[in-house]
Amino acid sequence: MLVLLGIAVVIAGFVARINPLLVILAAALVTGVCAAIVPGVTPAQLGQAALDTLAAFGKAFNESRYLHVVWLVLPVIGLLERSGMQEKAKALIGSIKAATAGRVLLVYLVVRQATAALGLTSLGGHPQMVRPLVAPMAEAAAESRFPGLSDRLRFRVRGYAAATDNVGLFFGEDIFIAIGSILLIVGFLDQYGVSVEPLQLAIWAIPTAIVAFVIHAARLVLFDRRLARDAGIEAPAGTGAAEAGQ
Amino acid sequence: MITLDIVYIVVGLLFAAFSILSALDGQNAKRLRNTAFWGLLAVSLLFGSYLSDLANGGIVVALVLIGGLGGLGVGRPATTAPEERRESARRRGAWLFVPALLIPLVAVGGTLLQDHTALGAAVIADKQTTVIALGLGCVIALIAAAAWLRPPLLAPLQEGRKLMDSIGWAALLPQMLASLGAVFVVAKVGEVVGGLVADVIPMNGPLLAVTAYCLGMALFTIVMGNAFAAFPVMTAAIGLPFVVQKFGGDPAIVAAIGMLAGFCGTLMTPMAANFNVVPANLLELPDRNAPLNGVIRAQIPTALPLLVANIALMYFLAFR
Repeated sequence: MLVLLGIAVVIAGFVARINPLLVILAAALVTGVCAAIVPGVTPAQLGQAALDTLAAFGKAFNESRYLHVVWLVLPVIGLLERSGMQEKAKALIGSIKAATAGRVLLVYLVVRQATAALGLTSLGGHPQMVRPLVAPMAEAAAESRFPGLSDRLRFRVRGYAAATDNVGLFFGEDIFIAIGSILLIVGFLDQYGVSVEPLQLAIWAIPTAIVAFVIHAARLVLFDRRLARDAGIEAPAGTGAAEAGQ
Repeated sequence: MITLDIVYIVVGLLFAAFSILSALDGQNAKRLRNTAFWGLLAVSLLFGSYLSDLANGGIVVALVLIGGLGGLGVGRPATTAPEERRESARRRGAWLFVPALLIPLVAVGGTLLQDHTALGAAVIADKQTTVIALGLGCVIALIAAAAWLRPPLLAPLQEGRKLMDSIGWAALLPQMLASLGAVFVVAKVGEVVGGLVADVIPMNGPLLAVTAYCLGMALFTIVMGNAFAAFPVMTAAIGLPFVVQKFGGDPAIVAAIGMLAGFCGTLMTPMAANFNVVPANLLELPDRNAPLNGVIRAQIPTALPLLVANIALMYFLAFR
């Protein structure tokens, strides 16, 4: 039971809004030390348990360094941005009259979810796609419809751009049979003597994928109306923004 | 052959460059913190395999203290003016997208070639293939873009540093949570949680069991920031013993939808830093440090009805 104190530390740190890095390290140490508590344990043994836990943490940290490979995209993206990639993305969308923020994101949702379902999860992502292309395009579409877009609405469009990437990825990738989560499920059930085929798991991810698409797509369609309403309210009467908001 | 270790050297050198450029950045009042933070990460990437587990743990403690107490500054190296960018965009047109699209192209193409051709198998190692191919794509794209755009020598590193600084300590969070998960496994936290949940909730019928399993997946994912950490715990505690064994649910359907219920939790938690905090930082949202930032607020109205839908789908599909 005592090992649950580690989870309590995570929750308490979260509620108290302490920096998560500190909270996680503290939670790991608390968990490791609590696991070593048995009747008659000495302080020296608890100190040793703390060191062992830190070593186990360091080993796992070292083994998950692959999470940093994605930052190699930053110099390329930065170089293209200083050469005007965001501006080009905005100009491109600004020239399409039918483009709205909701429609741009709806197209991206279809592409993101469909390619993720084919296992092509690296075709999207926040540093490589959302920041340089998707968010500026959605923003430009909102701007051309509502000139003088307020910062509040601009940030809301950006938030929706990131959200759309996540929803498309999460509820697309599980349809692909060789994705990490499917392999995790197969391996885990196998330990308990339950044998399932990756294909079965992929097929039963489809109903949720459809519902996720319907819910988020509907929200994107409504998003344009909400933007129109809020832009109309925010802009002073008689300006272009107010007219566009009717 | 390109292995993960070679990619780690390249990423390590990139962080070493961020560290040195931070040290030389007189504009950043916290420049020594940035120097130390990115420098330690460079040491971990370059030499982590040669260090003892405890020494790697020591690096973690130092990173956590620097990043967690006081945090990092954001470098603002000189860059192009908005007018220059618009002019460059007009002149260069849609070609500007090509290097960016080269990255996923090489990542996906490299993975497929490794799987299906002898040449691909000779060039790229068969472990963590997509990660290696992604790294390769970034390097190829950078070389192509630099050869075409001919920027000042340090410009790609400086622009990269500015973006990395804006992500800041959140870059470390996914790796920290993965390591916490490893400590939880050693301490058998999952089994204890499982026993507790089974004791507290009366599993009177399939609907209750399905609801407890899906909500448990979402809640534990919110705490751990990762559905992969919640899945073994909740499935061993509720999914297998109750939904599958006691009430006869189909294990493939229960496990597949259970994992997706966890993903609904991922959409709602700031602990899932790479999905919810990193983009808020990259998009410069003003509320990026709030527990419910603009990205998470945009996701909750999708996540909650989808969680209910997952409960309904599991209930109606798994017991036919």
